[in-house]
Amino acid sequence: MSGPAVPLSWYLVLSAILFSLGVAGFLFKRNIITLFLSIELMLNGVNLSLVAFAYQWRDIGGHIFVFFVIVVAAAEAAVGLAIIIAVFRTRQTLNADDLEAMKL
Amino acid sequence: MDIFLFLTFALIAVGCAVNLLLQRHPISSALSLIGVMGSLAVLYLLLGAEFIAAIQVIIYAGAIMVVFLFVIMLLNAGVEERTRRSKMSSIFGLPLLAVLFSQIAVIVYRVFDHRTTVQFGGFVGTTQDLGRSLFHDYVLPFEVTSVLILVAIIGAVYLGKKEI
Repeated sequence: MSGPAVPLSWYLVLSAILFSLGVAGFLFKRNIITLFLSIELMLNGVNLSLVAFAYQWRDIGGHIFVFFVIVVAAAEAAVGLAIIIAVFRTRQTLNADDLEAMKL
Repeated sequence: MDIFLFLTFALIAVGCAVNLLLQRHPISSALSLIGVMGSLAVLYLLLGAEFIAAIQVIIYAGAIMVVFLFVIMLLNAGVEERTRRSKMSSIFGLPLLAVLFSQIAVIVYRVFDHRTTVQFGGFVGTTQDLGRSLFHDYVLPFEVTSVLILVAIIGAVYLGKKEI
């Protein structure tokens, strides 16, 4: 592979962009499933920065951390989607603004 | 070549992420998130994380997103309706988001010098290295993770019952 090399900070800025877009989705979208997708987008942004750090320090620990993040994301998706199904069964809505029973 | 691949797939990832925000239908959002994950897998390969790239495609884009699509289709989720009730997020959301992103970018540019570059093949975390590290140094977290998965399965089954 020849040509100019990519600075490592570009990867970190890309991961910051993805994380910020995930936060934006969490703030501005109102569908509860899309909120979950935004959380997954944030996790992906963080994973990219972890892999970039693993490259910088030449340490496999970053990859291990990404591995555990993916496992936790799988568990979170299973429980969260079960909660969404239970909520939809009782409330017949997916709009996050209508789910305010626990709001002060 | 490296920079060409990086720019191509970074643009695809950011474009898909923006598309996730712009689409009103959850199915379109989920499909664009799959696009983000696929292009991130290529970036992981460029960073020498071959096993992570593989499980990104198989588990993330394959398993987790298929579960999402199943639930979206099961609930027959339609176009989201706009309710303008969360005033706090609409007023403070965008400025605080800009602050967050600029803070991260400034810190990255201060802390990391630009001489640190990524060459394809400069560091390869092989599956062998990862497995050795996982079963020697990180064997306790690995075992605890199995308990976490078990709890998640029990919770999902219990929440999925007809009446709770």
